[in-house]
Amino acid sequence: MHAIYELAGGFLVWAALVIFAGGTVIRMAWLAATARKKDAAVFHYFSFYYALRSILHWIVPFASRNMRLHPVMTAVTFIFHLCLIITPIFAAAHVILIAESWGGGWWYLPDAAADIMTLTVILGCVFFLIRRISKKDVRYLSTAGDYILLVIVAAPFLSGYWSYHQWSGFEIAGIVHMLSGELLLICIPFTRLFHMILFPFTRGYAGSEFGGMRSARDW
Amino acid sequence: MKKQNNLNNTQNPGQIHDIGIKRGAGRLSREKIASVLEKLIETEGGARLSAYINTCVHCGLCSDACHHYLSRGCDPRFSPAGKVKQTVSTILAKKGKVSPEFIKRTCEIAFTECNLCRRCQLYCPFGIDISYLMLFIRRACHLLGVVPQYIQDTAHSHSATMNQMWVRDDEWIDTLQWQEEEARDEIPDLRIPIDKQGADIFYSVIGPEPKFRPQLIYQMAVIMHAAGADWTLPSAPGWDNSDMCMYTGDVEMTARLKKVHFEAAIGLKNKRIVMGECGHAFRSVYDVGNRLLGWKMPPLPTVHAISFYSELLEEGRIEIDHKFERPVTFHDPCNIVRGRGLHETARYIINRVCKTFIELEPNREHNFCCGAGGGVINCGPPFKTKRVESNKVKADQLAAAREKGAEVVIAPCHNCHGGLEEIIEHYELGMELMFLSDILYECIKKK
Amino acid sequence: MDRGNNWDWEPGKREIGDLAAWSGRYDMVYAPCVSPDGENIAAIVKTGDDEWSVCVNGRTWDARFEKIWNLMFLPDNRLIAMVSDSAVWTVAIDGKTWDNWYEFVWSPVFGAESGRITVAAQAGLRYFAVTEDTPWANDFNALTSLTTTRDGQTSAAVVQHGSFPEADIDKFQEGYFTAALNGSAWDSCYVNAWEPELSEDGRHLAAAVRTSIYNYTIAIDGRTWDKTFSCVWEPKFNPKDNSVTAPVKVPDGWTIARNADPIWQGRYVQLWHHMYSPDGSRVAAIGAPEYGKWTIVENDRPWRIRFKDLVTDAVYSPAGDRIACVGKSDGKWHVALNDFIWDTPWDMAWQPVFSPDGRHAAALVEKDGKYTIAVNGRPADITFAAAWQPVFSPDGGRLLIKGVLPQSMGGQYCRYVLKTENVAG
Repeated sequence: MHAIYELAGGFLVWAALVIFAGGTVIRMAWLAATARKKDAAVFHYFSFYYALRSILHWIVPFASRNMRLHPVMTAVTFIFHLCLIITPIFAAAHVILIAESWGGGWWYLPDAAADIMTLTVILGCVFFLIRRISKKDVRYLSTAGDYILLVIVAAPFLSGYWSYHQWSGFEIAGIVHMLSGELLLICIPFTRLFHMILFPFTRGYAGSEFGGMRSARDW
Repeated sequence: MKKQNNLNNTQNPGQIHDIGIKRGAGRLSREKIASVLEKLIETEGGARLSAYINTCVHCGLCSDACHHYLSRGCDPRFSPAGKVKQTVSTILAKKGKVSPEFIKRTCEIAFTECNLCRRCQLYCPFGIDISYLMLFIRRACHLLGVVPQYIQDTAHSHSATMNQMWVRDDEWIDTLQWQEEEARDEIPDLRIPIDKQGADIFYSVIGPEPKFRPQLIYQMAVIMHAAGADWTLPSAPGWDNSDMCMYTGDVEMTARLKKVHFEAAIGLKNKRIVMGECGHAFRSVYDVGNRLLGWKMPPLPTVHAISFYSELLEEGRIEIDHKFERPVTFHDPCNIVRGRGLHETARYIINRVCKTFIELEPNREHNFCCGAGGGVINCGPPFKTKRVESNKVKADQLAAAREKGAEVVIAPCHNCHGGLEEIIEHYELGMELMFLSDILYECIKKK
Repeated sequence: MDRGNNWDWEPGKREIGDLAAWSGRYDMVYAPCVSPDGENIAAIVKTGDDEWSVCVNGRTWDARFEKIWNLMFLPDNRLIAMVSDSAVWTVAIDGKTWDNWYEFVWSPVFGAESGRITVAAQAGLRYFAVTEDTPWANDFNALTSLTTTRDGQTSAAVVQHGSFPEADIDKFQEGYFTAALNGSAWDSCYVNAWEPELSEDGRHLAAAVRTSIYNYTIAIDGRTWDKTFSCVWEPKFNPKDNSVTAPVKVPDGWTIARNADPIWQGRYVQLWHHMYSPDGSRVAAIGAPEYGKWTIVENDRPWRIRFKDLVTDAVYSPAGDRIACVGKSDGKWHVALNDFIWDTPWDMAWQPVFSPDGRHAAALVEKDGKYTIAVNGRPADITFAAAWQPVFSPDGGRLLIKGVLPQSMGGQYCRYVLKTENVAG
């Protein structure tokens, strides 16, 4: 048990970080190289101004028409994504661990806040799961991978929550938390989770074409 | 997949008889399909394809953007991502190893269940360009030789005559002279100048104008005359700015067509191209053809008729004699609104010329497609029922405007006229369709 | 044919016709054109209700027609027009019509050195060409892209051989199009044929063809190259040996090929309108070495200059040692000569004209509606309301300028002969 703990808290953290960073860089480099070869025109029409204009309209809640048409989805999506990204970075336990291991560290969330945010992510996953099953157009689109990804995303939060509250078997939950967190990181460059990296590019290109070439709004 | 059977749909997809699809697929084997698709993915399936397919998180937020989906009782097969799932995603997942039956269905989806209207790109949080993906599929269908008969015939016409209606070189010139003669009964010194070197404006139209709507050439001549414009039309091929090859996936022919069109204007030393009231042609000239040929922007300034009319009004080159009496509504054509942002320009003209203007809801960039665009109407009679059933939402939109008093629908696009005509007839809306030039012709001071 | 030796090259200005005054005489005056030697100006004029004629230097043709279009002077100074009477059409030359009338005539092409004229014609929905009033022996279901040789003795066109049922997409793809030389179509038909090109001696004909809807190649005298491409543009004959080359699209870009094999190493985003120097030793094309950047490529070497919008009107000097073209960047038109852009940008520029010795180049240019001639980059002092392309004298020492003066200066059409040395930059 201790050995697994050591592994998950040591080598695997590094491995996950390297795979996440390396995978992201390699995949982006591949996309850029392929674009140069097969979609060269993309670079000629990319406009930072219009890309940013479009991105802003899609990262500000309710700034696009579709977000206004789906207020619940919009609210959940925004809160979910905020909590998903902020919680692991600013969770006290994470910051303290990093400070102890490597020195430094940064501001961290009060435990109660992190607790609520973790719960929010878990509930968000549940919401998305219910939405995936209950809305027939979303159900039609859903693949096994989509459900598995939900589990992969929910796992580190659920196990973290479990472990923090020291419910029975919390030691195992702690190991599961580390392993599943590492799995989540590793999955980002190789699954649909990559949308977090690609978002500014696909949205930005749409914004460039709509704004720069077509003088139209894309939100 | 079983659940599909319970879905509410009025016309079963795949049940339509089209010899282009049927015979084309009949000539295919699994091996042939795999080899064509593998090569296509290898040579043309680039970063955009990969990014779009892998970014989609299957959230379904694009569904409500699609008039096919909304009109068919929210049948998920008609949602934009649903169409991607049934076509591109499957082909990529199976590395092209699919059956001729699959290709038939794929062809029908890409050609008749998506108008390439790009509305869903405004609803996808990631800005995924579904029209790009559907065009990729149409390209595949072209390479496999499985294309609906009528639009393929149009592509053939383009290749043989450089226009979409099999109009012979002499018929075109004869039509111009005929319209000039007709117009001279009304305005004795009117001219339709042919091949005028150095004229400011090269005016180009789409094939159906000389074939079916020559009065539009007449009306434009009257507007040009009233404005004192220095304009011309070419006698030789290049007069037709339309392009169904863009929609069949025959990009090589699109390139050739656009070359002939631009070079007709360049050769006559005309300073800019003014295009008639057509949307897809504008997309082809402004956005697609130039890029295929290596021109970052069209080599000559290219403006749609809407921009031109608005310029004439703003500069006082045409004057309004009387305002158009009947209440009008305005249908924003995809290719010049989402495709060129001309919605406010069009409203400026309408407000200058018409007494009562009633908006469709939603409007501007969010307007629904007419259901004809993207070459869908060019797939012809076999798909007519399917087309009108796929755009009930448009009928509802028009009916709502009619309730508010709108009698006339203005649509500055030929394809939109085709689509809206079918919808108005099928849903018995009793509204009249007009081009902006119909209204201007009626209302301006003719000199 | 007189190549200008007997023209009036005495320096000075001569007023030829008072175009403005014609407007008072006729209800309508339009489509003015001038003869190569500048001695005549003509226009289509309305002489009565539905009655049209042609006015040349103030004199009206005796003949009257229902319709007239395509008024133009031929290189031999003959004045032609397509004319219609009782709903049939023919060609009128200097006021006299051909004997044969057709349902329509159009697309006049003429030998640049002879003035011999050929037109496309249609009768009974059959299509053919007519050279100097003599129709081709054969007619076709359709005819387009008519062309002729410099001596005008040979003409060629793309023709449709046979008919296929409406909307029959399979039949169409069996191939109904080919090229015809002096009315004789090639034996083989293709899905499409475009851009027919005649050898200088008129004995050979080449065309771009599509052998299926996916395969493009070049056909010469009815035989295709043994390889196909994803696209090709118009073929050209090398004047030296009659070999045929064409821009072809290979997987990594455009290049020039002879007998289906690339002869250039370079690959370009675009490459078209290639042309040979008169002796056939050099070949040049309009090309885009990078996306959206246009220039001239000669013998596979691109010029250093680039135009953002387009390059057009490329032309070799008579000796083949210089190339001039028109280019456009940021909406302004420029003339370029041997990789140098002339100083002044214009609102429009026409194809530059070389002096026979190739030392000088002149171009008709326009800015703010005022036309002038730029010689070696320097604009002439005089501007016109309308003007035509200039002509150098056979010895290159004189330049003939043809233009209509602005209304403020009388509005007359004038012929100027200037000493080249006085106007050249």
